[in-house]
Amino acid sequence: MKALEARNINKYFHKPVDFQVLKDISLSIDKGEFVSIMGKSGCGKSTLLYILSTMDTEYEGELFLGGELITGMSSDSLSAIRNSHIGFVFQFHYLLSEFTVLENVMLPAKKLGRKSLEEVEHDAYEKLILLGIEDQALKLASRISGGQKQRVAISRALINDPIIVMGDEPTGNLDSKNSENVFRIFKELSEEQGLSLLVVTHDADFADRTDRIIHMEDGKIIQV
Amino acid sequence: MKYSIILSISKTHLLSRKRQSIVAALGVTFGIGAYIILMSFMTGLNGLLDGLILNRTPHVHMFNEQEPSALQPIDRDPEYKGTFRVVRSVKPKTEIPRIHNAIPLMELFEKDPRVKGVTRQVRAQGFYIAGSTQLTASLLGVDVVKEAKQYNLNDYLVNGKARELAENENGILLGKGAADKMAAKIGDIIQVGTVKGDIFHLKVVGFYQSGLADVDNVQSYVNLKTAQRIVGESHDYITDINLKLYDMEDAPAMSKEIQIHYDVNATDIQTANAQFETGTTVRTMISYAVSITLLIVAGFGIYNILNMLIYEKMNDIAILKATGFSGKDVRNIFMSQALIIGFAGGVIGLLVGLGVSILISKTPFETQALPTIKTYPVNFNPAYYLVGIIFALISTFFAGFFPSRRAKNIDPVDIIRGQ
Repeated sequence: MKALEARNINKYFHKPVDFQVLKDISLSIDKGEFVSIMGKSGCGKSTLLYILSTMDTEYEGELFLGGELITGMSSDSLSAIRNSHIGFVFQFHYLLSEFTVLENVMLPAKKLGRKSLEEVEHDAYEKLILLGIEDQALKLASRISGGQKQRVAISRALINDPIIVMGDEPTGNLDSKNSENVFRIFKELSEEQGLSLLVVTHDADFADRTDRIIHMEDGKIIQV
Repeated sequence: MKYSIILSISKTHLLSRKRQSIVAALGVTFGIGAYIILMSFMTGLNGLLDGLILNRTPHVHMFNEQEPSALQPIDRDPEYKGTFRVVRSVKPKTEIPRIHNAIPLMELFEKDPRVKGVTRQVRAQGFYIAGSTQLTASLLGVDVVKEAKQYNLNDYLVNGKARELAENENGILLGKGAADKMAAKIGDIIQVGTVKGDIFHLKVVGFYQSGLADVDNVQSYVNLKTAQRIVGESHDYITDINLKLYDMEDAPAMSKEIQIHYDVNATDIQTANAQFETGTTVRTMISYAVSITLLIVAGFGIYNILNMLIYEKMNDIAILKATGFSGKDVRNIFMSQALIIGFAGGVIGLLVGLGVSILISKTPFETQALPTIKTYPVNFNPAYYLVGIIFALISTFFAGFFPSRRAKNIDPVDIIRGQ
């Protein structure tokens, strides 16, 4: 079963000049597959990731998530889809600094509103334990280290048990030890929990150990 | 669930920058507080000033003017018809200043559905006799109980009550000025001489003070019967009839009607006091102008603070949107912050306004015009408090609307990419 499928994606930038960033991109990711996207800066890999994550809606082509066409949905429906089916991990940790670690992890689940507050808190603790940072749960998000922040961000991405987790250089800002940690966590998640992962990275070592590498150049996929 | 999470986020935003939130709320507090204080004080004062005129003045006043006949005898003579006639030294008609058929006329007005109350008066001229000096006196004979009820006579009595006059047939509510000149005390017997040379003995039961020295030096209240006795006329001798209406606006039409139908002069309150309504309107307008200005300033303060907050929170907004919060959710987060600031600031403003109003209402305020008023008049009408809090919410709603809409439209990709 395909977790995510993109068909003939084209994307244009109009500022400062008309420019085609993505040229007829088609790809699919199976359930439980760990895929990385590599390519030089400016080749459009981040742009592709934002389209695949439904945050960017100005593109041509079709996007399916879990077999369902999501291209052309209203922005509110896309928000709901991001909330329940897609986890996102950024290069910069992007936690809400005024909230505690636990609250940061709980936030998407509270928004989803499917479970009671106690259940959400229990789930959040579980995810933090999974990432080995449960001891930081009650600290403010601004008071923990970079590596810890990234693990909190991953916990948050996992809280609603998404179909796919996407990462935009999730290890780009971490030292080798923390990078290794994050990779190991991703690997475990995909192997043990059948989670699909799609990660944009510059790190060749990281990419080499994923199930599949998608190489991009000048807005095209040159090698799968 | 959904709203509780939005509120918990805005609460965290507000509490994590307490000083900014407090400053923003204080802006609203000042605006609303000033509005409440201004309106309470202004309308209280307006009420007092209006009361000075409205309570004392009949809506329609009927009297018989002593004036020369419009038609002199020569005008009636057919022989001189069409000629140019000059009559020198025209004198008023010799007639007593009574209203003809006063009693049936009063009964008629009692039945009129527009009329709230009918009172009659007898004016009598005379002198206060204090030893060898004589002071001019103008005695007003009234139905004391009715007069007190319709025209708040008690408010203008320094000592004594109107009721005491009603209980004492030979009593007098002596003008304060005259009383001071005669060194009269309550319970003293004073002598009043009439134009015809009779002398009446009247017992002082109270002092009357209108605030106008010229009036207080001369005018006193006595019972209707006493006044009729002083002028030496029977019980149907009435010089003035006053009407109080349910709706003051009926007065001009009614006074016209009366002049046409009956042989009597009539003036209405609007003609008699044209200036007072203008003053009231202008004072109310100024109060509103000042309050609205203050609220607009407070609104700009909130607008600024929210705008700054949204700049600072760009990353948070992006992350919220990336993790599945919709644009509307983000807008509601900031909108609710504006409204919380507005509501909290507004409620504190109401309390501040109430506190200062109470303080003002306890401040001593002595005026000659109203002997019974000891402190500043303040109007504690709850309507102003309701309007105040609605004002606060509306102004913060508009202040929060544009920044919140901007937050709603922020594209998370732009922010994340910009890093």
